[in-house]
Amino acid sequence: MTTNQIRVRVAEVETVAAQIRRLKLVPIGMSGLPDFSGGAHTILSIPDGERTLRNPYSLMSSPYDTSSYEVSVLKAAESRGGSAFIHDKIREGLPITISAPVNLFPVDRRARRHILIAGGIGITPFMSIMRQLEHDDVPFELHYGMRSQERGAYWRQLRETYGHRVHIYFEDQGQTIPLKTLLDGQPLGTHVYVCGPSTMIDWVLNGARDAGWPAENVHYERFSAPPPGTSFTVELARSGKTVPVGPHQSMLEALEAAGIDAPYLCRGGACGQCETRIVSCAGAIQHNDHYLSDAEKAAGDKIMICVSRVDGSTVTLDL
Amino acid sequence: MLIEGIKSRPQYPGLVADPHANHHVFAADGDGAQAIIDLFNRHGAQIKGRVTIVYAETDANSADYTTRLKQLPVEFVHALPTIVTAIRRLQGVLNVARMGTRIYAAGTETLIGLAVQLSQELGMDPQAVLTEHRGTLARRVQCVHCKGFTENVKTNIVKCAHCGTNLLVRDHYSKRLAAFQGVCVDAEIPGELPEIVEVFK
Repeated sequence: MTTNQIRVRVAEVETVAAQIRRLKLVPIGMSGLPDFSGGAHTILSIPDGERTLRNPYSLMSSPYDTSSYEVSVLKAAESRGGSAFIHDKIREGLPITISAPVNLFPVDRRARRHILIAGGIGITPFMSIMRQLEHDDVPFELHYGMRSQERGAYWRQLRETYGHRVHIYFEDQGQTIPLKTLLDGQPLGTHVYVCGPSTMIDWVLNGARDAGWPAENVHYERFSAPPPGTSFTVELARSGKTVPVGPHQSMLEALEAAGIDAPYLCRGGACGQCETRIVSCAGAIQHNDHYLSDAEKAAGDKIMICVSRVDGSTVTLDL
Repeated sequence: MLIEGIKSRPQYPGLVADPHANHHVFAADGDGAQAIIDLFNRHGAQIKGRVTIVYAETDANSADYTTRLKQLPVEFVHALPTIVTAIRRLQGVLNVARMGTRIYAAGTETLIGLAVQLSQELGMDPQAVLTEHRGTLARRVQCVHCKGFTENVKTNIVKCAHCGTNLLVRDHYSKRLAAFQGVCVDAEIPGELPEIVEVFK
């Protein structure tokens, strides 16, 4: 939903590593930004000609300082326009709109110990999480893998701030996270968190399962950008409206462009907020989310309109 | 009555073996021993690694159960006389346990609730504890007024063992306290009570 939007100004833009930019955002017309907890994200609204792209980015600044937010943006190899705009066009002083923060990747405060595993730009949620764990005086360790010294962000400052609790791995030097060793022998009540490329998340989930960790002790955040496809038409059963969806547009974006306020939170197929009932579908449903179970996807009566689409002519939604 | 259809009412789906765990810790009381024996008969081949059983001998036939538990292919059977002492022993076992441990609880709701409560205090999610109910449905009830616990409650209405308030026993359950919530039932007209029925047998 497009409520809870906040106007901010880009106060700082800094290139912190190859293809990675840090943005500092300060509020316009109010003294502070809303509170958030470590692991939360915000959605930046990015103007792109006629349309507006809305992309989720993890908040990496301290939860104990809401005078500004900081996010880091990796320039996507095949950007839909969002990260490219931030890298090529955003300047200090520019006003933009962000959403109030939402946390889909909180730490479990019951845990006795936290193991954080980051790959590349997946470090960002852990930047705010570590501030919180440090503040709460809870034991943690970070294992952070990146392609190379040049392509990894913040590893020097993390080492300085957190010392021996931070373990850095450079792929081009043949270093890999010793997953099996670090999952073995942890005290009961340890929780593990992973954020990074999809293959890395699967690697950690499978490794933890094989090491006998209950699924409840394993946490991950996986955002997808809406993949492109072919054009199709969305019919809204309740309002009787018909909306065309372009090949590089998600259903949610198409509905918003048509002035329809559809529900969403993460826009990355993770949270389940935009779950919508399918009335009928002429074509094959392409489920691209991480929320519905395999059985629900096979049943074909629900769709996450933020990332999933239809390969066919028309889908009728209960909206 | 107020006591049905509350979401916090725990469910006990039954024991299944975790084929990935390398240490299996069982807590049980009374007939809960039979749930462990049944699990070994059903899925014994999937239980790999070390097995520790902490058993509260709370029933007349518990001594016999202890003998049968010791005949299972397990490393340790700790037999204790009461639920309270068994939970204390479980704490000793779990304090030094490592990740890769799977916790199971079988028996009365009181035993299961206290084992889940302890696991939660040690950083484990209640859902990560595998549970199977056996034996009595008698409840551990907390008086929401004086906060005292009344054990082994079998009736829909019970007099609080601490402050004497007549309590309606609700399905509203606290995992933190491992207890059902009891609320004053005769606030409007003291002494006027609904029919008292034995419902938790």
